[in-house]
Amino acid sequence: MSKTLKLCAMELKLYLREPSAFFFTLIFPLLLMLLFGSIWGNDPFPEADYGYIDAFTSAFIGIVILTAGISNLTIGIATYREKGILKRFRAAPISPVSFLLAQMGAILAVSAMGVILLLIAGKVIFHMQFRGNSLEAFAAFFLSCCGIAGLGFIPASLARTARSGTVIANSLYFPMLFLSGAALPRQMLPDLLKKVSEAFPLTHSIRMMQGIWLGDPITEYWVEMAVLGATLALGGFFAGKLFRWD
Amino acid sequence: MCVHAVLASDLKKSYGTVQALSGMSFQVERGEVFGIVGPNGAGKTTTIDCLAGMRKPDSGTMSVLGLDPSRNGRELRKRIGLQQQESELPEGMRVSEALELFACLFGAKPRSKELLVRVGLSEKAQSPFSALSGGQKKRLFVALALVNSPELIILDELTSGLDPAGRRQLWNLVNEFRSPERTVILSTHYMDEAEKLCDRVAVMDRGRVVAVDTPRALIETYCPGMVLTLECGSDFQIGKALAVNGDQKAVMKDEYCVMDLAGPEVVVPVIRELSGAGVNLGNLHTKTPTLEDVFLVATGKEYSHE
Repeated sequence: MSKTLKLCAMELKLYLREPSAFFFTLIFPLLLMLLFGSIWGNDPFPEADYGYIDAFTSAFIGIVILTAGISNLTIGIATYREKGILKRFRAAPISPVSFLLAQMGAILAVSAMGVILLLIAGKVIFHMQFRGNSLEAFAAFFLSCCGIAGLGFIPASLARTARSGTVIANSLYFPMLFLSGAALPRQMLPDLLKKVSEAFPLTHSIRMMQGIWLGDPITEYWVEMAVLGATLALGGFFAGKLFRWD
Repeated sequence: MCVHAVLASDLKKSYGTVQALSGMSFQVERGEVFGIVGPNGAGKTTTIDCLAGMRKPDSGTMSVLGLDPSRNGRELRKRIGLQQQESELPEGMRVSEALELFACLFGAKPRSKELLVRVGLSEKAQSPFSALSGGQKKRLFVALALVNSPELIILDELTSGLDPAGRRQLWNLVNEFRSPERTVILSTHYMDEAEKLCDRVAVMDRGRVVAVDTPRALIETYCPGMVLTLECGSDFQIGKALAVNGDQKAVMKDEYCVMDLAGPEVVVPVIRELSGAGVNLGNLHTKTPTLEDVFLVATGKEYSHE
């Protein structure tokens, strides 16, 4: 356990030292918030007592989680593999599970930074209001990070080069970005795509975070929690079987 | 406790249609510095990866420090120090951080300062990995291979790509960690390196060992003779050299008379006789055979440095 923590702290230190690696993760959702916020404002919707930013900050948080858990994780580990850095760790010796847990910890910390930026911007610029239970909201965020990173484990275990890692990560990233209610509200989708998007863990993550944000108790979201937990378990299982060191 | 650090028998490994190991067998005693030499592509790295449990051979048996690397790889790697060819660290990781991290991953006490002094990198403790030169990276990897005070150190192509000064520095390091309790296996495609550093050497070609012994014994067995070259001018009578050289061979090559001698013991008598016959010995060279000559005799092909 102490090994995993040490490696996790090291990864985070490396991230902070070279912010260009996760600049996109932090800045892209923030820019979307500013863009859409400037279009729709945050005045209450007709027949509701909350506005666009109140309802969709959770979606921007979903984009942070998606970018960190799928793109950063996959491309980061694929780069390590390509350069022979994983071989070095394998000689250490460390198990694939501890290695991936350490990476997940670093991803979680980066995502938390992204969320903090969004919360500050939402509060200062759009006077955003939060009506949920903070502890439950944090639990939903944590579980979302774990589930999405769990899905990221699969491409991260397999991609041999940074380039192939980017291709695989993008093929998961973009469908989820547009169909899971992250960049576009799901209500805008045709029925078929709505159904398809139920298969994406991010759909469940955003629905749960949005609901809790607006005041639902977390207990209304057992299905969503189960889907995200199962995604993590499945990703962990496959990574344990398939993880490549070189 | 068994005296062998490594027992490997009939290892075979193919990658698709390429046979990397085709019946590799050798033993390494505890406390020795054992060299695996051969041209690139001979199977040295595959052998090392198998010993460290990083690859499974298709067939054959191995015992490393009493463990089977294919089954107990992770447990084994806790006890060995491995310097791998073509491996890197994250660019931004600092030298001292790398040592602390790996000490922690091995569950060993951190002793970064001591190790950095040992490999001569103290001044680079705060440098990021990307700012190190090739030789400094190699020395850092040697330091990382030592963090767990291993019983067996495996160095894969330690000095490839380094300049002569850098190579000598690493040779000194290897000589410093010779000890009866510690075994060193090093692979290299530099024959002179193996000759200088190793107690015993396995000469590899096409995935198997073609000869194994001390460098001296290998040379005596495969290339017992010596070559004596005399720069003598075109008016030199080869008969003179033949007369003193008895039944041994002498040929003229341009301005040089080249004699194949049976062994080092006949060098002095031959020189004495040449001198007695009035031959000018101003430009006389003797050449002792090297492991490269052994490779030539053992495999029938010229040693390639590529």
